[in-house]
Amino acid sequence: MIQVFFQFDFLRYSLYTGLMIGFLAPFLGVFLVVRRLSLIADALSHITLTGIAFSLLLGRFYPLFAGLNPLYMGMAFSVTGALFIERLRNVYKYYKELAIPIILSAGIGIGVVFISLADGFTNDLFHYLFGSVVTITRTDFQMIGVISAVVVVLIVLFYKEWFFLSFDEDQAVISGIPKKALHFIFIVMVALVIAASMRIVGILLVSALMTLPVASAMRWAKSFKQTFLYAVIFGEVSVVLGLVLALHFDIASGGTIVMLNVIILLISLLLTRKRM
Amino acid sequence: MTKESQAQPALEIKNLSFSYGKQNVLEDIHFTVPQGSFLGLMGPNGSGKSTLIKCILGLLTPKEGSIKLFGKPIHQFHDWNKIGFVSQKANSFNSGFPATVFEVVSMGLYGKVGLFRFLTKKHKLQVREAIKQVGMEDFIHQNIGQLSGGQQQRVFIARALVSEPELLILDEPTVGVDAKSVQNFYNMLKRLNKERGMTLILVTHDIGAMTEYITDVACLNKCLHFHGNKEEFELQQEDMMSSLYGHDVRVITHNHDHHDHDHTHDHDHDGSGH
Repeated sequence: MIQVFFQFDFLRYSLYTGLMIGFLAPFLGVFLVVRRLSLIADALSHITLTGIAFSLLLGRFYPLFAGLNPLYMGMAFSVTGALFIERLRNVYKYYKELAIPIILSAGIGIGVVFISLADGFTNDLFHYLFGSVVTITRTDFQMIGVISAVVVVLIVLFYKEWFFLSFDEDQAVISGIPKKALHFIFIVMVALVIAASMRIVGILLVSALMTLPVASAMRWAKSFKQTFLYAVIFGEVSVVLGLVLALHFDIASGGTIVMLNVIILLISLLLTRKRM
Repeated sequence: MTKESQAQPALEIKNLSFSYGKQNVLEDIHFTVPQGSFLGLMGPNGSGKSTLIKCILGLLTPKEGSIKLFGKPIHQFHDWNKIGFVSQKANSFNSGFPATVFEVVSMGLYGKVGLFRFLTKKHKLQVREAIKQVGMEDFIHQNIGQLSGGQQQRVFIARALVSEPELLILDEPTVGVDAKSVQNFYNMLKRLNKERGMTLILVTHDIGAMTEYITDVACLNKCLHFHGNKEEFELQQEDMMSSLYGHDVRVITHNHDHHDHDHTHDHDHDGSGH
Protein backbone atom coordinates (compact mmCIF):
# COMPACT_ATOMS: atom_id res chain seq x y z
CA MET A 1 0.00 0.00 0.00
CA ILE A 2 2.81 2.34 0.81
CA GLN A 3 4.54 1.84 -2.58
CA VAL A 4 1.96 4.00 -4.25
CA PHE A 5 3.46 6.96 -2.34
CA PHE A 6 6.66 6.57 -4.30
CA GLN A 7 4.98 6.33 -7.70
CA PHE A 8 3.68 9.88 -7.73
CA ASP A 9 5.62 13.01 -6.86
CA PHE A 10 2.79 14.67 -5.01
CA LEU A 11 2.26 11.60 -2.86
CA ARG A 12 5.94 11.40 -2.14
CA TYR A 13 5.81 14.98 -0.91
CA SER A 14 2.89 14.15 1.37
CA LEU A 15 4.71 11.18 2.81
CA TYR A 16 7.91 13.12 3.52
CA THR A 17 5.97 16.07 4.88
CA GLY A 18 3.95 13.69 7.03
CA LEU A 19 7.13 12.15 8.41
CA MET A 20 8.42 15.58 9.40
CA ILE A 21 5.13 16.58 10.97
CA GLY A 22 4.86 13.26 12.77
CA PHE A 23 8.13 14.10 14.45
CA LEU A 24 7.72 17.83 15.09
CA ALA A 25 4.19 18.03 16.42
CA PRO A 26 4.44 15.39 19.16
CA PHE A 27 7.93 16.54 20.07
CA LEU A 28 6.87 20.11 20.79
CA GLY A 29 3.68 18.67 22.21
CA VAL A 30 5.62 17.10 25.09
CA PHE A 31 6.76 20.53 26.24
CA LEU A 32 3.26 21.94 25.79
CA VAL A 33 1.65 19.17 27.80
CA VAL A 34 4.07 19.28 30.74
CA ARG A 35 3.74 23.06 30.87
CA ARG A 36 -0.05 22.58 30.87
CA LEU A 37 -0.35 24.56 27.67
CA SER A 38 -1.85 21.90 25.44
CA LEU A 39 -4.76 24.17 24.57
CA ILE A 40 -2.42 26.74 23.05
CA ALA A 41 -2.17 24.48 20.03
CA ASP A 42 -5.91 24.87 19.54
CA ALA A 43 -5.83 28.64 19.83
CA LEU A 44 -2.96 28.90 17.36
CA SER A 45 -4.50 26.56 14.85
CA HIS A 46 -7.67 28.64 14.79
CA ILE A 47 -5.74 31.83 14.25
CA THR A 48 -3.92 30.05 11.43
CA LEU A 49 -7.33 29.47 9.87
CA THR A 50 -7.88 33.22 9.94
CA GLY A 51 -4.65 33.67 8.03
CA ILE A 52 -5.60 31.05 5.45
CA ALA A 53 -9.04 32.59 5.01
CA PHE A 54 -7.49 36.02 4.65
CA SER A 55 -5.12 34.76 2.02
CA LEU A 56 -7.95 33.07 0.07
CA LEU A 57 -9.99 36.27 0.32
CA LEU A 58 -7.13 38.40 -0.98
CA GLY A 59 -6.60 35.92 -3.77
CA ARG A 60 -10.20 36.30 -4.80
CA PHE A 61 -10.11 40.07 -5.14
CA TYR A 62 -6.50 40.68 -6.07
CA PRO A 63 -5.15 38.25 -8.63
CA LEU A 64 -1.67 39.14 -7.41
CA PHE A 65 -2.31 37.15 -4.23
CA ALA A 66 -3.97 34.23 -5.94
CA GLY A 67 -0.60 32.66 -6.60
CA LEU A 68 0.56 33.06 -3.04
CA ASN A 69 0.69 29.93 -0.94
CA PRO A 70 -1.91 30.51 1.83
CA LEU A 71 0.51 28.77 4.16
CA TYR A 72 2.60 31.95 4.36
CA MET A 73 -0.31 34.03 5.56
CA GLY A 74 -1.33 31.26 7.93
CA MET A 75 2.13 31.28 9.44
CA ALA A 76 2.20 35.04 9.78
CA PHE A 77 -1.14 34.97 11.61
CA SER A 78 -0.13 32.04 13.77
CA VAL A 79 3.10 33.71 14.89
CA THR A 80 1.27 36.99 15.56
CA GLY A 81 -1.32 35.07 17.56
CA ALA A 82 1.44 33.40 19.55
CA LEU A 83 2.89 36.77 20.46
CA PHE A 84 -0.54 38.02 21.54
CA ILE A 85 -0.97 34.97 23.74
CA GLU A 86 2.34 35.58 25.50
CA ARG A 87 1.34 39.21 25.95
CA LEU A 88 -2.10 38.34 27.33
CA ARG A 89 -0.63 35.76 29.69
CA ASN A 90 1.39 38.57 31.23
CA VAL A 91 -1.56 40.96 31.37
CA TYR A 92 -3.84 38.43 33.08
CA LYS A 93 -1.16 37.12 35.41
CA TYR A 94 -3.54 35.16 37.59
CA TYR A 95 -5.77 33.97 34.76
CA LYS A 96 -3.15 32.81 32.33
CA GLU A 97 -5.46 30.35 30.55
CA LEU A 98 -7.76 33.22 29.59
CA ALA A 99 -5.41 34.10 26.73
CA ILE A 100 -6.36 30.87 24.97
CA PRO A 101 -10.15 31.36 24.55
CA ILE A 102 -9.56 35.01 23.64
CA ILE A 103 -7.24 34.17 20.77
CA LEU A 104 -9.23 31.09 19.78
CA SER A 105 -12.56 32.88 19.47
CA ALA A 106 -11.02 35.95 17.87
CA GLY A 107 -9.38 33.67 15.33
CA ILE A 108 -12.57 31.81 14.47
CA GLY A 109 -14.69 34.96 14.46
CA ILE A 110 -12.50 36.91 12.08
CA GLY A 111 -11.86 33.78 10.05
CA VAL A 112 -15.58 33.18 9.50
CA VAL A 113 -16.05 36.79 8.37
CA PHE A 114 -13.26 36.39 5.83
CA ILE A 115 -14.69 33.09 4.65
CA SER A 116 -18.13 34.61 4.14
CA LEU A 117 -16.66 37.53 2.24
CA ALA A 118 -14.75 35.11 0.05
CA ASP A 119 -18.03 33.39 -0.89
CA GLY A 120 -18.21 30.63 1.65
CA PHE A 121 -16.57 27.28 1.98
CA THR A 122 -14.66 26.08 -0.99
CA ASN A 123 -13.11 22.72 -1.55
CA ASP A 124 -9.74 24.31 -0.84
CA LEU A 125 -10.84 25.35 2.57
CA PHE A 126 -12.11 21.89 3.38
CA HIS A 127 -8.60 20.54 2.78
CA TYR A 128 -7.14 23.11 5.11
CA LEU A 129 -9.63 22.26 7.83
CA PHE A 130 -9.22 18.51 7.82
CA GLY A 131 -6.02 17.77 5.97
CA SER A 132 -5.45 16.05 2.69
CA VAL A 133 -3.05 13.55 1.18
CA VAL A 134 -3.21 14.90 -2.30
CA THR A 135 -2.78 18.67 -2.04
CA ILE A 136 0.80 18.93 -0.76
CA THR A 137 2.85 20.88 -3.23
CA ARG A 138 6.56 21.06 -3.75
CA THR A 139 6.72 24.49 -2.10
CA ASP A 140 4.79 23.19 0.93
CA PHE A 141 7.28 20.39 1.21
CA GLN A 142 10.27 22.70 0.95
CA MET A 143 8.92 25.20 3.43
CA ILE A 144 8.06 22.53 5.97
CA GLY A 145 11.52 21.07 5.45
CA VAL A 146 13.11 24.40 6.32
CA ILE A 147 10.89 24.75 9.40
CA SER A 148 11.78 21.23 10.51
CA ALA A 149 15.48 21.92 10.19
CA VAL A 150 15.23 25.16 12.17
CA VAL A 151 13.14 23.55 14.90
CA VAL A 152 15.47 20.57 15.24
CA VAL A 153 18.48 22.86 15.61
CA LEU A 154 16.69 24.95 18.23
CA ILE A 155 15.63 21.88 20.18
CA VAL A 156 19.15 20.50 20.24
CA LEU A 157 20.48 23.85 21.41
CA PHE A 158 17.90 24.61 24.07
CA TYR A 159 16.58 21.22 25.14
CA LYS A 160 18.03 21.44 28.63
CA GLU A 161 16.79 24.98 29.22
CA TRP A 162 13.25 24.17 28.07
CA PHE A 163 13.27 21.05 30.19
CA PHE A 164 14.28 23.04 33.28
CA LEU A 165 11.79 25.84 32.57
CA SER A 166 8.97 23.34 32.13
CA PHE A 167 9.80 21.53 35.32
CA ASP A 168 10.38 24.41 37.65
CA GLU A 169 10.35 27.91 36.26
CA ASP A 170 11.53 29.76 39.38
CA GLN A 171 14.53 27.51 39.87
CA ALA A 172 15.40 27.79 36.21
CA VAL A 173 15.35 31.58 36.42
CA ILE A 174 17.49 31.55 39.56
CA SER A 175 20.09 29.47 37.80
CA GLY A 176 20.35 32.15 35.16
CA ILE A 177 18.25 30.74 32.31
CA PRO A 178 16.75 33.55 30.18
CA LYS A 179 13.09 32.70 30.60
CA LYS A 180 11.50 35.36 28.44
CA ALA A 181 13.65 34.85 25.39
CA LEU A 182 13.27 31.07 25.55
CA HIS A 183 9.49 31.19 25.99
CA PHE A 184 9.34 33.55 23.06
CA ILE A 185 11.39 31.30 20.79
CA PHE A 186 9.35 28.32 21.89
CA ILE A 187 5.96 29.78 21.15
CA VAL A 188 7.06 31.09 17.75
CA MET A 189 8.32 27.59 17.01
CA VAL A 190 4.98 26.10 18.02
CA ALA A 191 3.17 28.59 15.79
CA LEU A 192 5.33 27.63 12.82
CA VAL A 193 4.89 23.91 13.38
CA ILE A 194 1.13 24.30 13.68
CA ALA A 195 0.96 26.19 10.41
CA ALA A 196 3.20 23.57 8.82
CA SER A 197 1.11 20.67 10.12
CA MET A 198 -2.21 21.83 8.83
CA ARG A 199 -1.67 20.59 5.27
CA ILE A 200 -1.51 17.04 6.58
CA VAL A 201 -3.74 16.96 9.64
CA GLY A 202 -5.83 20.04 9.04
CA ILE A 203 -6.33 23.11 11.16
CA LEU A 204 -9.05 21.65 13.32
CA LEU A 205 -7.03 18.56 14.17
CA VAL A 206 -3.47 19.87 14.53
CA SER A 207 -3.72 20.03 18.29
CA ALA A 208 -4.63 16.35 18.39
CA LEU A 209 -1.29 15.42 16.82
CA MET A 210 0.48 17.57 19.41
CA THR A 211 -1.29 16.16 22.44
CA LEU A 212 -2.68 12.66 21.85
CA PRO A 213 0.67 10.96 21.17
CA VAL A 214 2.02 12.68 24.28
CA ALA A 215 -0.91 11.50 26.36
CA SER A 216 -0.18 7.94 25.22
CA ALA A 217 3.58 8.33 25.67
CA MET A 218 3.21 9.49 29.26
CA ARG A 219 1.60 6.15 30.08
CA TRP A 220 4.68 4.22 28.95
CA ALA A 221 7.64 6.49 29.52
CA LYS A 222 9.86 6.13 32.54
CA SER A 223 11.79 9.34 31.94
CA PHE A 224 11.44 12.67 30.20
CA LYS A 225 13.62 11.53 27.29
CA GLN A 226 11.52 8.41 26.86
CA THR A 227 8.41 10.55 26.74
CA PHE A 228 9.78 12.18 23.59
CA LEU A 229 10.75 8.85 22.12
CA TYR A 230 7.32 7.26 22.59
CA ALA A 231 5.47 10.42 21.55
CA VAL A 232 7.43 10.60 18.30
CA ILE A 233 6.98 6.88 17.59
CA PHE A 234 3.22 7.14 18.13
CA GLY A 235 3.12 10.35 16.09
CA GLU A 236 4.97 8.80 13.13
CA VAL A 237 2.97 5.57 13.17
CA SER A 238 -0.30 7.47 13.19
CA VAL A 239 0.74 9.84 10.42
CA VAL A 240 2.12 7.22 8.05
CA LEU A 241 -0.72 4.76 8.59
CA GLY A 242 -3.20 7.62 8.53
CA LEU A 243 -1.97 8.83 5.15
CA VAL A 244 -2.11 5.32 3.69
CA LEU A 245 -5.65 4.79 4.94
CA ALA A 246 -6.77 8.24 3.85
CA LEU A 247 -5.50 7.62 0.34
CA HIS A 248 -6.93 4.13 0.18
CA PHE A 249 -10.41 5.05 1.35
CA ASP A 250 -10.35 8.58 -0.05
CA ILE A 251 -11.04 10.32 3.24
CA ALA A 252 -9.52 13.41 4.88
CA SER A 253 -6.12 12.48 6.32
CA GLY A 254 -6.63 14.51 9.50
CA GLY A 255 -9.50 12.27 10.48
CA THR A 256 -7.64 9.00 9.96
CA ILE A 257 -4.57 10.30 11.80
CA VAL A 258 -6.59 11.39 14.79
CA MET A 259 -8.55 8.13 14.82
CA LEU A 260 -5.33 6.16 14.92
CA ASN A 261 -4.07 8.32 17.77
CA VAL A 262 -7.25 7.71 19.71
CA ILE A 263 -6.81 3.96 19.18
CA ILE A 264 -3.18 4.12 20.36
CA LEU A 265 -4.29 6.08 23.40
CA LEU A 266 -7.04 3.60 24.26
CA ILE A 267 -4.62 0.70 23.97
CA SER A 268 -2.10 2.57 26.14
CA LEU A 269 -4.74 3.24 28.76
CA LEU A 270 -5.78 -0.39 28.78
CA LEU A 271 -2.30 -1.85 28.96
CA THR A 272 -0.68 0.45 31.49
CA ARG A 273 -1.56 1.00 35.10
CA LYS A 274 -0.19 4.30 36.13
CA ARG A 275 -1.75 7.17 37.94
CA MET A 276 -0.76 10.50 36.56
CA MET B 1 38.71 31.19 45.73
CA THR B 2 40.82 34.28 46.29
CA LYS B 3 41.58 35.61 49.74
CA GLU B 4 39.65 38.74 49.03
CA SER B 5 36.43 36.93 48.21
CA GLN B 6 36.80 34.72 51.25
CA ALA B 7 36.78 37.76 53.46
CA GLN B 8 33.51 38.97 51.93
CA PRO B 9 30.32 37.94 53.67
CA ALA B 10 28.18 35.57 51.65
CA LEU B 11 25.24 37.91 52.07
CA GLU B 12 24.95 41.48 53.24
CA ILE B 13 21.61 43.23 53.48
CA LYS B 14 21.23 46.91 54.31
CA ASN B 15 18.06 48.94 54.93
CA LEU B 16 15.99 46.60 52.83
CA SER B 17 12.30 47.38 52.42
CA PHE B 18 9.76 45.74 50.21
CA SER B 19 6.06 46.25 49.60
CA TYR B 20 3.36 44.65 47.52
CA GLY B 21 1.40 47.73 46.44
CA LYS B 22 0.87 49.84 49.54
CA GLN B 23 1.36 47.05 52.00
CA ASN B 24 4.80 46.96 53.51
CA VAL B 25 6.03 43.41 53.80
CA LEU B 26 9.61 44.06 54.84
CA GLU B 27 10.87 47.14 56.67
CA ASP B 28 14.43 48.21 57.16
CA ILE B 29 16.05 44.79 57.21
CA HIS B 30 19.68 44.74 58.11
CA PHE B 31 21.88 41.70 58.48
CA THR B 32 25.02 39.94 57.37
CA VAL B 33 25.70 36.26 56.79
CA PRO B 34 29.44 35.51 57.01
CA GLN B 35 30.82 32.69 54.89
CA GLY B 36 30.75 29.35 56.66
CA SER B 37 27.87 30.21 58.96
CA PHE B 38 24.51 28.47 59.25
CA LEU B 39 21.69 30.94 59.73
CA GLY B 40 18.24 29.95 60.90
CA LEU B 41 15.81 32.56 59.61
CA MET B 42 12.57 32.28 61.49
CA GLY B 43 9.27 34.06 61.66
CA PRO B 44 5.55 33.34 61.73
CA ASN B 45 3.52 32.73 58.60
CA GLY B 46 3.18 35.92 56.60
CA SER B 47 6.20 37.51 58.24
CA GLY B 48 7.87 38.17 54.91
CA LYS B 49 10.37 35.31 55.01
CA SER B 50 9.68 34.07 51.52
CA THR B 51 9.60 37.60 50.16
CA LEU B 52 13.01 38.24 51.67
CA ILE B 53 14.33 35.07 50.06
CA LYS B 54 12.90 36.09 46.70
CA CYS B 55 14.69 39.43 47.01
CA ILE B 56 17.95 37.67 47.81
CA LEU B 57 17.51 35.42 44.79
CA GLY B 58 16.82 38.38 42.55
CA LEU B 59 13.26 37.27 41.76
CA LEU B 60 11.87 40.44 43.36
CA THR B 61 13.38 43.91 43.35
CA PRO B 62 13.28 45.65 46.73
CA LYS B 63 11.81 49.11 47.09
CA GLU B 64 14.76 50.38 49.09
CA GLY B 65 18.05 49.18 50.39
CA SER B 66 20.85 47.05 49.08
CA ILE B 67 21.65 43.36 48.86
CA LYS B 68 25.18 42.18 48.31
CA LEU B 69 26.09 38.62 47.44
CA PHE B 70 29.73 37.73 48.00
CA GLY B 71 30.53 41.41 48.09
CA LYS B 72 28.80 42.26 44.80
CA PRO B 73 25.59 44.31 44.60
CA ILE B 74 22.84 42.00 43.45
CA HIS B 75 22.25 43.71 40.09
CA GLN B 76 25.90 43.19 39.23
CA PHE B 77 26.02 39.65 40.55
CA HIS B 78 26.30 37.02 37.84
CA ASP B 79 27.71 33.99 39.62
CA TRP B 80 24.32 32.47 40.23
CA ASN B 81 25.75 28.99 40.26
CA LYS B 82 27.44 29.89 43.55
CA ILE B 83 23.96 29.96 45.02
CA GLY B 84 21.74 26.97 45.55
CA PHE B 85 18.09 27.20 46.41
CA VAL B 86 15.64 24.62 47.68
CA SER B 87 12.08 25.80 47.84
CA GLN B 88 9.04 24.51 49.63
CA LYS B 89 8.28 21.38 47.75
CA ALA B 90 4.59 21.97 47.43
CA ASN B 91 4.62 25.21 45.52
CA SER B 92 6.96 24.65 42.68
CA PHE B 93 6.64 21.41 40.89
CA ASN B 94 4.15 19.30 39.11
CA SER B 95 4.37 15.84 40.64
CA GLY B 96 3.04 14.17 37.52
CA PHE B 97 6.04 15.42 35.56
CA PRO B 98 7.58 12.50 33.69
CA ALA B 99 11.19 12.95 34.81
CA THR B 100 13.57 10.64 36.65
CA VAL B 101 15.67 11.47 39.69
CA PHE B 102 18.72 11.59 37.44
CA GLU B 103 17.09 14.05 35.06
CA VAL B 104 15.89 16.29 37.87
CA VAL B 105 19.29 16.44 39.54
CA SER B 106 20.96 17.16 36.19
CA MET B 107 19.00 20.40 36.01
CA GLY B 108 21.14 21.68 38.84
CA LEU B 109 24.05 21.84 36.41
CA TYR B 110 22.26 23.53 33.52
CA GLY B 111 22.96 27.06 34.72
CA LYS B 112 26.61 26.26 35.29
CA VAL B 113 27.06 24.47 31.99
CA GLY B 114 25.50 27.43 30.19
CA LEU B 115 23.66 28.02 26.96
CA PHE B 116 24.70 26.15 23.81
CA ARG B 117 26.65 23.58 25.80
CA PHE B 118 25.87 20.01 26.76
CA LEU B 119 26.42 17.85 29.81
CA THR B 120 29.63 15.86 29.56
CA LYS B 121 30.48 12.50 31.10
CA LYS B 122 32.13 14.32 33.96
CA HIS B 123 28.92 16.24 34.65
CA LYS B 124 26.98 12.99 34.68
CA LEU B 125 29.38 11.60 37.27
CA GLN B 126 28.82 14.68 39.38
CA VAL B 127 25.09 14.12 39.15
CA ARG B 128 25.48 10.53 40.35
CA GLU B 129 27.74 11.71 43.13
CA ALA B 130 25.20 14.27 44.35
CA ILE B 131 22.46 11.65 44.29
CA LYS B 132 24.63 9.34 46.35
CA GLN B 133 25.32 12.11 48.81
CA VAL B 134 21.65 12.39 49.70
CA GLY B 135 21.29 8.61 49.78
CA MET B 136 18.99 8.31 46.78
CA GLU B 137 21.20 6.16 44.54
CA ASP B 138 18.72 3.28 44.59
CA PHE B 139 16.07 5.53 43.07
CA ILE B 140 18.17 7.12 40.35
CA HIS B 141 15.94 5.98 37.47
CA GLN B 142 12.65 6.31 39.33
CA ASN B 143 10.07 8.86 38.40
CA ILE B 144 10.18 11.85 40.73
CA GLY B 145 6.42 11.77 41.20
CA GLN B 146 6.51 8.25 42.63
CA LEU B 147 8.73 9.17 45.57
CA SER B 148 7.61 10.18 49.03
CA GLY B 149 7.75 13.81 50.13
CA GLY B 150 10.97 13.27 52.07
CA GLN B 151 12.61 11.50 49.16
CA GLN B 152 11.59 14.21 46.73
CA GLN B 153 13.05 16.82 49.01
CA ARG B 154 16.34 14.91 49.11
CA VAL B 155 16.36 14.89 45.33
CA PHE B 156 15.90 18.66 45.30
CA ILE B 157 18.76 19.03 47.75
CA ALA B 158 20.90 16.93 45.43
CA ARG B 159 19.92 19.22 42.59
CA ALA B 160 21.02 22.22 44.63
CA LEU B 161 24.26 20.51 45.67
CA VAL B 162 25.35 19.25 42.29
CA SER B 163 26.59 22.64 41.15
CA GLU B 164 28.60 22.90 44.39
CA PRO B 165 27.11 26.16 45.60
CA GLU B 166 28.87 28.21 48.23
CA LEU B 167 25.63 29.55 49.64
CA LEU B 168 22.64 27.25 49.98
CA ILE B 169 19.25 28.78 50.77
CA LEU B 170 16.43 26.52 51.93
CA ASP B 171 12.88 27.85 52.24
CA GLU B 172 10.97 25.68 54.72
CA PRO B 173 12.32 22.56 53.08
CA THR B 174 10.78 20.16 55.56
CA VAL B 175 7.13 21.09 55.11
CA GLY B 176 5.26 17.87 54.45
CA VAL B 177 8.23 15.66 55.20
CA ASP B 178 7.97 12.91 57.84
CA ALA B 179 9.74 13.37 61.16
CA LYS B 180 12.44 10.77 60.65
CA SER B 181 13.46 12.18 57.29
CA VAL B 182 13.55 15.63 58.83
CA GLN B 183 16.19 14.49 61.32
CA ASN B 184 18.34 12.93 58.62
CA PHE B 185 17.90 16.00 56.56
CA TYR B 186 19.10 18.33 59.29
CA ASN B 187 22.07 16.08 59.97
CA MET B 188 22.98 16.27 56.32
CA LEU B 189 22.81 20.06 56.40
CA LYS B 190 25.05 20.08 59.45
CA ARG B 191 27.62 17.96 57.64
CA LEU B 192 27.58 20.27 54.63
CA ASN B 193 28.12 23.23 56.89
CA LYS B 194 30.83 21.70 59.09
CA GLU B 195 32.71 19.54 56.61
CA ARG B 196 32.42 21.53 53.42
CA GLY B 197 32.17 24.96 54.97
CA MET B 198 29.07 25.67 52.93
CA THR B 199 27.14 28.75 54.03
CA LEU B 200 23.53 27.89 54.77
CA ILE B 201 20.39 29.94 55.24
CA LEU B 202 17.45 27.91 56.44
CA VAL B 203 14.01 29.48 56.56
CA THR B 204 11.72 27.89 59.09
CA HIS B 205 8.86 28.68 61.40
CA ASP B 206 10.17 26.19 63.94
CA ILE B 207 13.60 27.15 65.16
CA GLY B 208 13.30 24.85 68.16
CA ALA B 209 14.03 21.79 66.08
CA MET B 210 17.05 23.48 64.58
CA THR B 211 18.98 24.89 67.49
CA GLU B 212 21.58 22.16 67.60
CA TYR B 213 22.55 22.65 63.97
CA ILE B 214 22.66 26.37 63.35
CA THR B 215 25.24 28.95 64.28
CA ASP B 216 23.19 32.14 63.88
CA VAL B 217 19.59 33.17 64.22
CA ALA B 218 17.54 35.92 62.62
CA CYS B 219 13.94 36.53 63.64
CA LEU B 220 11.74 38.25 61.13
CA ASN B 221 8.27 39.67 61.34
CA LYS B 222 8.13 42.49 58.83
CA CYS B 223 11.19 43.94 60.52
CA LEU B 224 14.11 42.10 61.98
CA HIS B 225 13.47 41.38 65.67
CA PHE B 226 16.72 39.68 66.39
CA HIS B 227 19.94 38.83 64.70
CA GLY B 228 22.89 37.28 66.42
CA ASN B 229 24.56 34.01 67.19
CA LYS B 230 22.84 31.05 68.71
CA GLU B 231 24.16 31.57 72.22
CA GLU B 232 22.78 35.10 72.39
CA PHE B 233 19.51 33.85 71.01
CA GLU B 234 19.17 31.13 73.59
CA LEU B 235 19.63 33.64 76.39
CA GLN B 236 16.72 35.76 75.27
CA GLN B 237 14.63 33.40 73.22
CA GLU B 238 11.53 33.46 75.39
CA ASP B 239 11.25 37.24 75.05
CA MET B 240 12.03 36.96 71.42
CA MET B 241 9.37 34.38 70.71
CA SER B 242 6.65 36.32 72.44
CA SER B 243 7.55 39.52 70.63
CA LEU B 244 7.58 37.62 67.39
CA TYR B 245 4.48 35.50 67.75
CA GLY B 246 2.43 37.85 69.86
CA HIS B 247 2.07 35.80 73.00
CA ASP B 248 4.09 33.61 75.24
CA VAL B 249 5.35 30.70 73.21
CA ARG B 250 8.00 28.43 74.52
CA VAL B 251 10.46 26.62 72.37
CA ILE B 252 11.45 23.04 72.75
CA THR B 253 15.03 22.47 72.10
CA HIS B 254 15.63 19.13 70.49
CA ASN B 255 19.07 18.02 71.32
CA HIS B 256 20.07 14.54 70.51
CA ASP B 257 23.65 14.69 71.57
CA HIS B 258 23.05 15.89 75.10
CA HIS B 259 20.05 14.46 76.79
CA ASP B 260 20.19 16.86 79.70
CA HIS B 261 18.21 19.37 77.65
CA ASP B 262 14.62 20.10 78.40
CA HIS B 263 12.12 18.24 76.25
CA THR B 264 8.96 18.97 78.13
CA HIS B 265 8.01 22.44 77.02
CA ASP B 266 4.96 23.33 75.12
CA HIS B 267 5.29 23.76 71.46
CA ASP B 268 2.44 25.46 69.82
CA HIS B 269 3.27 27.98 67.16
CA ASP B 270 0.25 27.43 65.08
CA GLY B 271 -2.18 28.65 67.67
CA SER B 272 -0.42 31.97 67.85
CA GLY B 273 -1.84 35.24 66.72
CA HIS B 274 -3.82 33.99 63.71
